[in-house]
Amino acid sequence: MSEKTVRSPKPTPSPENRLDEEFWSHCADERLCFQVCASCETWRHLPRSFCAHCGSGDWIWKESSGLGRLYSWTVTHQPSLPQFLPDVPYIVAVIELNEGVRMVSHLRGVEPEKLEIDLPVTLEFERVSDAVALPMFRASLS
Amino acid sequence: MSFKDRAAIIGVGETDYVRGADRSSAELMLEASRAAIADAGLRSSEIDGLVLPPVNISAEEIAANFGIEDLRYAATVQMGGASPTSTLQSAATALSHGIAQNILIPLGWLGYSAMRPKPGVRRESINVPAMRRAMVSYYVPYGAVAPAQMYSWIATRHMKTYGTRYEDMAAVAIACRKNAQKNDRALMKGRPLSLDQYMNARWISEPLRLYDCCLETDGACAVVLTSAERARDCPHRPVYIMGGAEGHPYPADDIAGRPDMLRVGLSYAAPKAFQMAGIEPADVDFLQIYDCFTYVVLLQIEALGLCKAGEGGAFVRDGRIELGGEFPLNTHGGLLSEAHLWGLNHVIEATRQLRGDAGERQVRDAEIGVVTGWGDFGDGSLVILRR
Ligand SMILES: [Zn+2]
Repeated sequence: MSEKTVRSPKPTPSPENRLDEEFWSHCADERLCFQVCASCETWRHLPRSFCAHCGSGDWIWKESSGLGRLYSWTVTHQPSLPQFLPDVPYIVAVIELNEGVRMVSHLRGVEPEKLEIDLPVTLEFERVSDAVALPMFRASLS
Repeated sequence: MSFKDRAAIIGVGETDYVRGADRSSAELMLEASRAAIADAGLRSSEIDGLVLPPVNISAEEIAANFGIEDLRYAATVQMGGASPTSTLQSAATALSHGIAQNILIPLGWLGYSAMRPKPGVRRESINVPAMRRAMVSYYVPYGAVAPAQMYSWIATRHMKTYGTRYEDMAAVAIACRKNAQKNDRALMKGRPLSLDQYMNARWISEPLRLYDCCLETDGACAVVLTSAERARDCPHRPVYIMGGAEGHPYPADDIAGRPDMLRVGLSYAAPKAFQMAGIEPADVDFLQIYDCFTYVVLLQIEALGLCKAGEGGAFVRDGRIELGGEFPLNTHGGLLSEAHLWGLNHVIEATRQLRGDAGERQVRDAEIGVVTGWGDFGDGSLVILRR
C-alpha cells in the first residue's frame, strides 16, 4: 500500500447536478431534506426533476423527521477503498425514513448479529469539514 | 413480429483466460474475434454488423482491422454485465430484419490487470453511466463502492425475508467449482472446493464470503451470428435463438429507492423471453446463469420462474444443479470458477452444449438451454437457445 493511499481522505459526496448540490448543502447545515412534490406531496429520493408519481415538475425541499427503520444492509469486512479499513466491519445500511423515502448510510450503535429488518433508527450527523456533513444513523434504544 | 428462431450462433472463439495479460483488451478481442469468425467458416471481411458491450474498442476500429468496408450495423448495449446476453437480442433483431447478415459480438477486458496495473499494461476502465450518479453522490461517501456491497442489500433483504441458508449459496459455488474440474480453460481447474472451505473463508461483505465472489480475469471471447437461413450452410450445427429479452429494475439507477428491491431486471425480462420461445422455464435442459455472486444466481432462478419467490435456496439443494442433476448450472464453471468474461463465456458454453461439443461435461441430450445476464444495479437479460 503506497503512502499516498494511506493518507488520502475518505471520499466526500461528488454532486453530479444542481439537485444533488442542494441535497448536500442542506446536509452541510445538518438538515436532512428531501424533495416533496408540490402537486401530490409524494416524498422522493434520489433528487429528480419530475415526480414519477404524478408528473409534476414543481417541488419543495422538506426536512425529514430523521426517524426510520432498517430496510436492508451489508456488513463490510473487506472494503475496496483502503480509507475505510479502520472502520471494518462497518454496516452500510439502506434506511427507510418515516416519510417513505430510502437512502444509503452507515448504521451505528448495534452489533452486526443483532441486525433485523425494521430495526428503529435515528439520524445523527457526522461533520467531515466546514462544507460537508454526512447523515448517519444510530440504532434507537428500545 | 418477433425474432424467434430467425437468428443463430454459428461461431465462437476465445483467447486464453489468464490472471495477468501482456496485451490490451482490444488486442485480445481482435484475437478472439478472429477465432470466432474462423469457427463460423467466414472471412473477417464478411462481418457486416457489430454489437458491443461497453468495451475498450470501437466498432470502427474492429472494422478497420478486419477489412469491413461496408459496416451496416453497429450498436452498443449499456447494461454492465447484462450487456453481452442483451447484445444477442439486438443482433437477432437486426438479422431477422435483414439489416446485417453476419454479426460479431466481442467481449474482452483486463478484469485482473486493470485493477492492479502491471508494468507495460495500460490502465483500462469500464464506462457505467447508469450507476455513476448514485455511486459518486450517494453511495461512495459511505464506503459502498463494490458490487459485492450493493448486491448484498438485495441479498440481505431476500435472505431475511425468506430464510435462505448459507449452505444454499455454497451449493452454487460448489456446483460451479465441480464443473470447472472438467474444463481445461477454467482458472479453477485443479482447485476443488469443499463446504468446509466455503464456510471457513473470510467475509467480503456479508452475506458474501470469499467463494461467493467471482474471479477477476484478463481475456476475451466472441460469438458470430447469422440468419437462420444462412446458418444451415455453416461448418457447425447452428444454435438458434428461440427467445430473448432484457429488463431493468425500477428505478434502475438507484438500488435503495426501489419500491420492491427484490424485483430485479430479469423479473421483467424472463416472462417475455419464455413467451417468445413458447416454452416453460422447466423445459430447459441446462442453466448458464450470470454468477458474479452466488446469491444473484438464487435471485435469478426465482426470476426465471423455475420456482416461486423465496424458494431459490431450496431449488439448488441435493445436487439438482450439478451435472447429472435436473438443471445443470454453469457447466463450464461460470464466472465463479471458469473466468469472468461478463457472461459471454456462458453464451459460448451454451453453444458448445447444444452443438454436443462439451466433452466430459456434456449434458446428455441437451436440446434447449437458457443463458442470463446480470449487471449494473441489477439489470437483467436472457436468451433461450436451442439446437
Ligand atoms: Zn407528484
